[in-house]
Amino acid sequence: MAGVLGTSIKRREDPALITGRGKYTDDLKVEGMAHAAIVRSPYAHARIRGIDASAAEALPGVLAVLTARDVAAAGIPGVVPVGWLLPDLKTPAHPMIAADTVRHVGDAVAVVVAEDRYIARDAADRVAVDYEPLDAVADVVAALEERAPAVHDEAPGNVAFDWEIGDREAVDAAFAQAASTVELDLRNNRLIPHAIEPRAVLASYDSSTGEMTIHMTSQNPHVHRLLMTLASLGMPEHKVRIVAPEVGGGVGSKIHHYADEAIVGLCSMKLDRPVKWTATRTETNLTDAHGRDHSTHCALALDADGRITGLKVETAAAMGAYLSTFAPAVPTYLYGTLMSGQYDIPAIHCHVIGVFTHTAPVDAYRGAGRPEATFVVERLMHLAGEATGLGPIEVRKRNFVPADAFPYQTQVALAYDSGNYGPAMDRALEMIGYDDVRGEQASRRSNGGRQIGIGFSSYIEACGLAPSAVVGSLGAQAGQWESADVRVHPTASVTVYTGSSSHGQGHETTFSQIVADRLGIAPEAVEVIHGDTDLVQFGMGTYGSRSAAVGGSAIARSVDKIIEKGKKIAAHLLEASAEDIEYEDGNFRVAGSPDRALGLGDVALQAYLAHNYPDDLEPGLSATSFYDPSNFTYPFGTHVCVVEVDTETGGIELLRYAAVDDVGNVINPMIVDGQLHGGLAQGIGQALWENAVYDDSGQLVTGSLMDYALPKIHNLIQFELDRTTTPCPHNPLGVKGVGEAGAIASPPAVVNAVVDALAPFGVTHIDMPLTPEKVWRAVNA
Amino acid sequence: MYPAQFDYRRAGSVDEALGLLQEHEDAKLMAGGHSLIPMMKLRLAQPPVVIDIGRLDELKGISEAGGSVRVGSLTTHAEIAASDVLAAHCPVLAEAAGHIGDAQVRNRGTIGGNIAHADPGSDIPPVLVLLGASVHLQSPSGTRSGAAGDFFQDLLMTDVGEDEILTHVDAPALGAGTGAAYLKFEHPASGYAVVGAAASVTVHHGRCTAAGLVVGGVDATPTAVDVSSLIGTDLSDDAIAAAASGLSAEDPIGDIFASGDYRVHVGKVYGKRALAAARDRA
Ligand SMILES: Cc1cc2nc3c(=O)[nH]c(=O)nc-3n(C[C@H](O)[C@H](O)[C@H](O)COP(=O)(O)OP(=O)(O)OC[C@H]3O[C@@H](n4cnc5c(N)ncnc54)[C@H](O)[C@@H]3O)c2cc1C
Repeated sequence: MAGVLGTSIKRREDPALITGRGKYTDDLKVEGMAHAAIVRSPYAHARIRGIDASAAEALPGVLAVLTARDVAAAGIPGVVPVGWLLPDLKTPAHPMIAADTVRHVGDAVAVVVAEDRYIARDAADRVAVDYEPLDAVADVVAALEERAPAVHDEAPGNVAFDWEIGDREAVDAAFAQAASTVELDLRNNRLIPHAIEPRAVLASYDSSTGEMTIHMTSQNPHVHRLLMTLASLGMPEHKVRIVAPEVGGGVGSKIHHYADEAIVGLCSMKLDRPVKWTATRTETNLTDAHGRDHSTHCALALDADGRITGLKVETAAAMGAYLSTFAPAVPTYLYGTLMSGQYDIPAIHCHVIGVFTHTAPVDAYRGAGRPEATFVVERLMHLAGEATGLGPIEVRKRNFVPADAFPYQTQVALAYDSGNYGPAMDRALEMIGYDDVRGEQASRRSNGGRQIGIGFSSYIEACGLAPSAVVGSLGAQAGQWESADVRVHPTASVTVYTGSSSHGQGHETTFSQIVADRLGIAPEAVEVIHGDTDLVQFGMGTYGSRSAAVGGSAIARSVDKIIEKGKKIAAHLLEASAEDIEYEDGNFRVAGSPDRALGLGDVALQAYLAHNYPDDLEPGLSATSFYDPSNFTYPFGTHVCVVEVDTETGGIELLRYAAVDDVGNVINPMIVDGQLHGGLAQGIGQALWENAVYDDSGQLVTGSLMDYALPKIHNLIQFELDRTTTPCPHNPLGVKGVGEAGAIASPPAVVNAVVDALAPFGVTHIDMPLTPEKVWRAVNA
Repeated sequence: MYPAQFDYRRAGSVDEALGLLQEHEDAKLMAGGHSLIPMMKLRLAQPPVVIDIGRLDELKGISEAGGSVRVGSLTTHAEIAASDVLAAHCPVLAEAAGHIGDAQVRNRGTIGGNIAHADPGSDIPPVLVLLGASVHLQSPSGTRSGAAGDFFQDLLMTDVGEDEILTHVDAPALGAGTGAAYLKFEHPASGYAVVGAAASVTVHHGRCTAAGLVVGGVDATPTAVDVSSLIGTDLSDDAIAAAASGLSAEDPIGDIFASGDYRVHVGKVYGKRALAAARDRA
């Protein structure tokens, strides 16, 4: 249907979700279902001397208590694997259930299965574990110190990997000749993803068939099936079906394969009964893979004209106690490769050490590496604007990759396919009323009292890791394509089976728009099926802002194949040559003879009747595509934030936030805006409030939402959004991706604004989150 | 978040509730449940019996008589925030209640539960201390009352005895020439007060005749600040700042969000601002 692409049709997902009819994993109840509660280590590091489960087993209603011994007895692999291998990566085993040593608070040591979840929880309290507490290290810098307690014997010095990209010598030469340099030591704060729906799993094993169905909170059911069968449960892949019902957000945390889901699978196998487990919010905090947690030293060299000549970055990145699914990729291939930002930088070097700590694992969280990289680059650009006297706008413009320089090869592997950075910044300046805000700032500065500041962030993002061969050569243990099976039914309605499974994004709406536009039918005539390994051919899932660019492109490819086939059928029926058939608005027409036409329905019906049909053609009208993109896509934009700082208390108020993003062609503007709103809330949350804090003994101090501050609606303001459009040149839809842009761009915009407000006090940097006390201390330092 | 096993009893009257309290050792009264239930879910509280007093109409309502307002212990924060009686006679109490949590919390949480729980970050306690309110309690042996200033004894500890129910709070209505204000520095996670400053001043013919400042959040119990230096002054900004800077706490509360020193500092700033707001309303 013409005009359906680029329109804000309402999300078809919402009626069920907002009337409470959506079925999430925890809503599911099946006959004979038992409940699991997991016994977790209260210590960050301890040896397990023994486990006495007798008091738990004696509780009426308790069905079983399993420990590492039962994993061993089951003869299954029993581990949680890492899915991205770097050269020389240390990969100490991550047992599903800790056998002799626990390595973070929350590490699983036993599981109780009982008739209801209350009994299970009561029984879990009665499992007596005899621990010998050991010294722990939770801090990424402390873990690298000489006498730091070792997390794994296999990883001396707690080093998981030592990785670099770029040209160190060229960078050293640039710094030696620089007219000016700026440098910064920063911490990128650890975050807890906090999907609104906690992780949950319902595993149903049936010994009569040897099959297991696992309903779970998953962003990528096929990936989970692979890891669950291959590494954890040792079941044949074809005997396991993974279903992701409604999934209440993930922001990365539901990409990864966790011990808990595998443990519940084992319980079901052992008991030959369905077993359910839903994380409590406390368990979510302790065991969901966290995000960020870097300690970084970085510096920028500039010439006399304010052109960047070199960038160097040294980062220690926390991995936590075990390597989570994609963990090693996040501070390397999703971080070091982003260091060129929007700028033409002739020499870059980035060195990253991955560090084991006695904490929850760290893995991809909305943005995954790219927010950390953007923070480095954009904080340095702010400082460079000050040091050169060019200011935040001119120093950026002077260094932007020029619009005529695309495709642009960076010094850190990525090749930007397209971009046009100046107009996005100009539009943002116009929206914010830049000169007026600066005028207001000047008058506040002379009058005292609350100060205002303006902060910029000109970011680049890389979406849809690609292509598979390249990603594989970099260590990925998975392909990065996406699949789509599009089936046109005899009555010309359509079902799409996509490997890109939604967890709240609105895939059903946007994917139906893609099909409707290409096939010239109404979006209502398109059904989208996802999130079930028995229904969908295969899929890599939803993360890394890939669904539109990769999953959507696969759908477009399949539709194109269907049109091609339809042309052959129409040519046969219209007694014309297939080359002469045109497809438009749902009709196959003979070029030049507009009255010789057939509707999609006529052709679809004949495809299934196959009564009057070309000899050399198979019946049916469906097509499957596995789309492997030739490159990443590169959304970009400029965000401008205005804050007010109460210098007496250090309190910060957001006054304005303008974002101009270029995400390529837009399928549904409302959904794009919604993605930006969510990402901005999370990025601003990182800048101002969110912080996962472990104390020196490895206890999570911010283990509840009473201490870990998620942004709330009254903390935020109306975002002012606009777009420029530079279509992606290498995918069929010209789309890029938007899921992470807000979270990537916003932290430095906010911090730069606060630092700008406090320039008269000599403040040049404050580590996130910018809590009032830190700001107040900086003002009074 | 699954509480330990407990029995549930619903009381039909204050007398029945008192009887149930006697009958069941370690039982807990439940009003709005918005402090008790979270504690139970985290298993920080594991009462064997919960006595629900939430439906006792006799403990609900707001009235005014003879220059004093009475608020029943089961009156919700939402009712207090929206009360015409309080708007006319004691708006600062309504102002503080309006700062509590979100709409759901205000619709369930009660003033009695709030002060009986006595979280140092609660919004109501400093206001009641500022007002010189009295807290009324009932037990099988009769009724008694005490000054709000003596009611809060320590972190989560109050004057409520094991066999007692808090029935209502009486507070003097604000007289002519008196302005009062409550200012809150909110914790970004919990929404409780990191610091909450309640202030009042009375002005006659341009001169201050009475002033009070009580700050919550810096110490285990509300901290009264001696602001008598304001009496007789014209409440200039400087005089107010000097008075508020008298806030001190021997062993202030500190956590990862706000250290003790910082809380005292913010208490002074918010105390100053609350006094200035009270002056502007007097
Ligand atoms: C999300 C959330 C946010 C909140 N934010 C704030 C905030 O910003 N500011 C703030 O001040 N508070 C806040 N609160 C607490 C809220 O005000 C509670 O409602 C209040 O503290 C307790 O009142 P309740 O009626 O729910 O008491 P309950 O939880 O039922 O009881 C609390 C305690 O008081 C006892 N008790 C209750 N009533 C009586 C009585 N009549 N006599 C004797 N003992 C009694 C109970 O036995 C129990 O020990 C918040 C709570 C939540 C859940």
